Amino acid sequence: MSSQTQRRSLFDAKIMRRASVDALAKLSPRVMMKNPVMFVVELGSVLTTVLLVLNLATHHGHFRFDLQITLWLWFTVLFANFAEAMAEGRGKAQADALRLAKSETTAYVLRGGKVEEVPSSQLRKDDLVRVTASQMIPGDGEVTEGVASVDESAITGESAPVIREAGGDRSAVTGGTRVLSDVLTIRITSNPGETFLDRMIALVEGAERQKTPNEIALNILLAGLTIIFLLAVVTLQPFALYSGAPQTVFVLISLLVCLIPTTIGGLLSAIGIAGMDRLVQHNVLATSGRAVEAAGDVNTLLLDKTGTITIGNRQAAEFVPAPGISAAELADASQLSSLSDETPEGRSIVVLAKERYNLRGRELGSLNAEFIPFSANTRMSGIEVEGRSIRKGAVDAIANYLQQFGNPMPNEVRSSVEDISHKGGTPLVVAENGRAMGVIYLKDVVKGGMKERFDQLRAMGIRTVMITGDNPLTAAAIAREAGVDDFLAEAKPKDKMDLIKREQAEGKLVAMTGDGTNDAPALAQADVGVAMNSGTQAAKEAGNMVDLDSNPTKLIEIVGIGKQLLMTRGALTTFSISNDVAKYFAIIPAMFAGVFPVLNALNIMHLHNAESAVLSAVIFNALIIVGLIPLALRGVGYKPMSAAALLQRNLLVYGLGGIVVPFVGIKLLDMLLVTLHLA
Amino acid sequence: MTLNGWLQIALFMAAVLLLAKPMGSYMTAVFERRKTVLDVVLSPCERLLYRVTGVNPSEEMPWTQYAVAMLVFSAATLLLTYVVERLQHVLPLNPQHLPGVEPALAFNTAISFTTNTNWQSYVPETTMSYLSQMLGLATHNFWSAAVGLALAIAFVRGIARREMKTLGNFWVDLTRGTLWVLLPISVVFALVLVSQGVVQNFKAYDTVKLVEPQTITGADGKPTTITTQTIAQGPVASQEAIKMLGTNGGGFFNGNSAHPFENPTPLSNFLQMLSIFLIPAGLCVTLGQMVGSPKHGWAVLAAMVVLWFAGTLTTFWAESQGNPALHTVDAAVSQTASREQAGGNMEGKEVRFGIANSALFATVTTDASCGAVNGMHDSFTPLGGMVPMVNILLGEVAFGGVGAGLYGMLVFVVMAVFIAGLMVGRTPEYLGKKIEAFDVQMAMLYLLIFPLLILGFAAVTVLLPNLGLSSLANHGPHGLSEIVYAYTSATGNNGSAFAGLNANTHWYNDSLAAAMFFGRFMMVVPMLSIAGNLASKKIAPATAGTFPVTTPLFTVLLTGVILIVGALTFFPVLSLGPVLEHLLMHAGQLF
Repeated sequence: MSSQTQRRSLFDAKIMRRASVDALAKLSPRVMMKNPVMFVVELGSVLTTVLLVLNLATHHGHFRFDLQITLWLWFTVLFANFAEAMAEGRGKAQADALRLAKSETTAYVLRGGKVEEVPSSQLRKDDLVRVTASQMIPGDGEVTEGVASVDESAITGESAPVIREAGGDRSAVTGGTRVLSDVLTIRITSNPGETFLDRMIALVEGAERQKTPNEIALNILLAGLTIIFLLAVVTLQPFALYSGAPQTVFVLISLLVCLIPTTIGGLLSAIGIAGMDRLVQHNVLATSGRAVEAAGDVNTLLLDKTGTITIGNRQAAEFVPAPGISAAELADASQLSSLSDETPEGRSIVVLAKERYNLRGRELGSLNAEFIPFSANTRMSGIEVEGRSIRKGAVDAIANYLQQFGNPMPNEVRSSVEDISHKGGTPLVVAENGRAMGVIYLKDVVKGGMKERFDQLRAMGIRTVMITGDNPLTAAAIAREAGVDDFLAEAKPKDKMDLIKREQAEGKLVAMTGDGTNDAPALAQADVGVAMNSGTQAAKEAGNMVDLDSNPTKLIEIVGIGKQLLMTRGALTTFSISNDVAKYFAIIPAMFAGVFPVLNALNIMHLHNAESAVLSAVIFNALIIVGLIPLALRGVGYKPMSAAALLQRNLLVYGLGGIVVPFVGIKLLDMLLVTLHLA
Repeated sequence: MTLNGWLQIALFMAAVLLLAKPMGSYMTAVFERRKTVLDVVLSPCERLLYRVTGVNPSEEMPWTQYAVAMLVFSAATLLLTYVVERLQHVLPLNPQHLPGVEPALAFNTAISFTTNTNWQSYVPETTMSYLSQMLGLATHNFWSAAVGLALAIAFVRGIARREMKTLGNFWVDLTRGTLWVLLPISVVFALVLVSQGVVQNFKAYDTVKLVEPQTITGADGKPTTITTQTIAQGPVASQEAIKMLGTNGGGFFNGNSAHPFENPTPLSNFLQMLSIFLIPAGLCVTLGQMVGSPKHGWAVLAAMVVLWFAGTLTTFWAESQGNPALHTVDAAVSQTASREQAGGNMEGKEVRFGIANSALFATVTTDASCGAVNGMHDSFTPLGGMVPMVNILLGEVAFGGVGAGLYGMLVFVVMAVFIAGLMVGRTPEYLGKKIEAFDVQMAMLYLLIFPLLILGFAAVTVLLPNLGLSSLANHGPHGLSEIVYAYTSATGNNGSAFAGLNANTHWYNDSLAAAMFFGRFMMVVPMLSIAGNLASKKIAPATAGTFPVTTPLFTVLLTGVILIVGALTFFPVLSLGPVLEHLLMHAGQLF
């Protein structure tokens, strides 16, 4: 799977062309009904259009003014439709890109006793494929024959190879993982087009978008405000009549459209679609918008240690020799045994030996050596060279090996092993010719910048919990180094589940990532469950998001995207309502200063005349929708900080800004209209 | 704007803030059924009441049952008042032998007092017998306030409770609010008022000889010399105390708190204003304590103080300016404050209160839904008179009526939290409770009914030349203000009159009664449904990512939301009313 994030220019010409056409199609009342605010504007536009024609026939009204008002009202509706169509267009384009990004490998299919080479995308359910060492498993399936060690670090982040064998609960393999040793025969379990990815693409493209709970609530608020303003405008005419200053329908509808929250009403669905789209740009697919909203609310993040907090592969950090052995001797033996070991750990041992003891990599061919690859049975690897028989492996495996020579594991070595474990490392014991040489300290390396990110999360009020299979001491050491708030050590799937339930009982929302089948229940229980694309089918079914990059750290970005989505809604709602202040100061004096010249005192913008004032307000109201499309699609600027600081910043920018900007905008439009002799 | 005036305003707010904590803590104890000093006397009374009425005090009610109990109680007491008024001529304590009250007026008055509005389309001393005043009206002053208190407490419980279906027991809240909160304070306050000269008797009215006989021209054009005056009497102090404390505002006399027998001295005036804000301010503290966030209570109170201060400042300033027309008429007319005179616009104000205390009283009585007056709002300057109207138009949430102010404010809090909560990147929550579609829907309904009634009735009225406009004493923008003020006061359950409008007509009695009725009960039901819904929700723990409702920023936000929602709804009509009148006044045109 490609991990390139697709960046698209906000104003891609092709998308804009398509959106312009869609904007017109969306004028259908059946579509507009779903958006009460813009529906009111459309009704107003129809009414003014009818009146315009009637006035023309009966020679009433101010044609130039009435026509302009009518046109701009239609533009207001069209601009809102355009915004929605733009967002949808970007979603569709994104889905197209996803389809292209699906990776292809070659599968060796067993058909009638023969082996055929078939592209992985053409594998059918129940096809049997054979995968040999160092080959990629072409698709999700079940092992029917063989035992092999499989490197699933691409999915799980776990560096240690896992054993996959026929039968039992270690039989499931996932596409994209690599067989390290031995040969497996695998029965494929899904048809092309039915994979998780295929279904997700369909969801992203799906035109029938369900409104999210928060979007529904906000829509109710906007509809309520619309009714209140409708009341204010409808009752204004009787008061105007009483005062001897009746108003034309054009002016009243202009006032109404300016007051109702068209800015947010017009951009609301675009914001929602764009939020999903931003996730997709991060190569994350969500099954519902609800999940994206929930991501913004997350209180607790469960993060797997390996691959998320630490670099997936451990690295050799130190050689701890056994008594009577020098560190250089140990390094020499370690390096020899690792020369052919292509695992990241093996390579890191060679590198460390070279750095510390200046031991150069030796020419393998000239050594006439026999390599002992890691096997699932012995759980050791090693080398036979020039009479030296070197093995390395976990402490138990080496202890067994030593016993064949009648040698016990020295106590000093055992205590080094424990020391290393306590420090959060993995000990690898090296033996030569039946004698323990010492221990290689494989260290979990905490990813750079993680501490800062956890600090940011803490500032946002999000607690991070590290989940690891390590013992509590090791876990504590790494947790401290990484700066997480809490950890769950020796975690079994059930413990993870219990932790989630405990947090949820306290009213918290929990997010987690997972990949394995045994993660599935926890992924389903979590409020935000992000399955790795490389994970098992069960995990993907259980979660409500899938990360196509299978990068567990992505969870932090997902939370950010969820927050940004909600913030954009809040910011534009505030902006929209604040705008009304200036519009009143434009339109009210324009309505009544003709009869009561003293009311010009309210014309604080000194707008040129009544017509130019009303027009400027209506035009501003329409143009601001277009002007804010980039903001709606991109989301408001978001940096992790405390809620109090965020609120202060956004209130200042969108609340106060929302009051000031239209004063300036309306004044400029007024000047422009007068210059162009349009009013 | 004299220094003396400022000092009195500052002293008033200092007293309100000082009393808020003890009052609030006491009410928390009362409604959480914890021990209080008055238990010795009141607990037996309470038990007896429950035994007689068959109330099970430990029974908890869901919001629907709570609402039904409240509506049943209000309907029953409304009927009682109507009957007492209609039959007062055959009932005792009627020394003036006043006839039974007209049906339309009796109906309007019964609704008015049941809804805590105390709008008075009548002249009390020539309409109501002592029994009607005491049994028909003063009882409602207690009950309608206790109902408001119960509703506010139910709402607060809705916020505080987690995953529960019930909001408490209406009958218990009603009983405890009356016995522990309203009665004891009223008794003490009434005695203090008596010490200041407020009358308390069952005498027939006195007739006294005028020191200076007056000659007036009657309707038939003949001059008549008047030598005597009738001085109305009655059990005033007992009714006056709860009139203020319960934010009722219905005067024993037509003159209300401007009448020397209701409000004789500057001290009684000070205490009356203080008693209006006593419970509403205390309830903010109660809110903070019951939801476990005392700072939140203070943040809400701070928003109330800000709104109160802005209003007081405006009215004080506007009234101190006086009337510019007087400067042009006669340069010798001084409107400057001096040792000899209060200065400013003293028309319709009592000399013993002066500008500052009249401006303050007008602001306080309309911030709260009290509606008592110690001056004529109609005679205020246009802007000075706009402030009381705006106070009510904002929903009377700056302190507000007993209980009603707090729950009105909390609906605004829900709205503020919804909009601003989004801006911190979370789905909105209030003290750990998610604000969802249902809550927003009900809050919008609550906010919608208010302008619907005010603007709807006022718009219809200005279109009715015979029924609506013929009652006006003034025309032009001032007339518009009079009509809008009447419906605002009725819908907001304030009860103060701008005056200048003859509201004792069929149209006004009926339409104002409808405004009062729907303004109370149609708003209470959605409010309670929010409380019921909130009570059933989980509480999410507060973190650094939670929108803080305890900070000055929250106070600013809440104030902003109230002002913007209120201003945006009513700006057009205000600009044709008081704003236009103000501008025309400075252009030399008066109405």
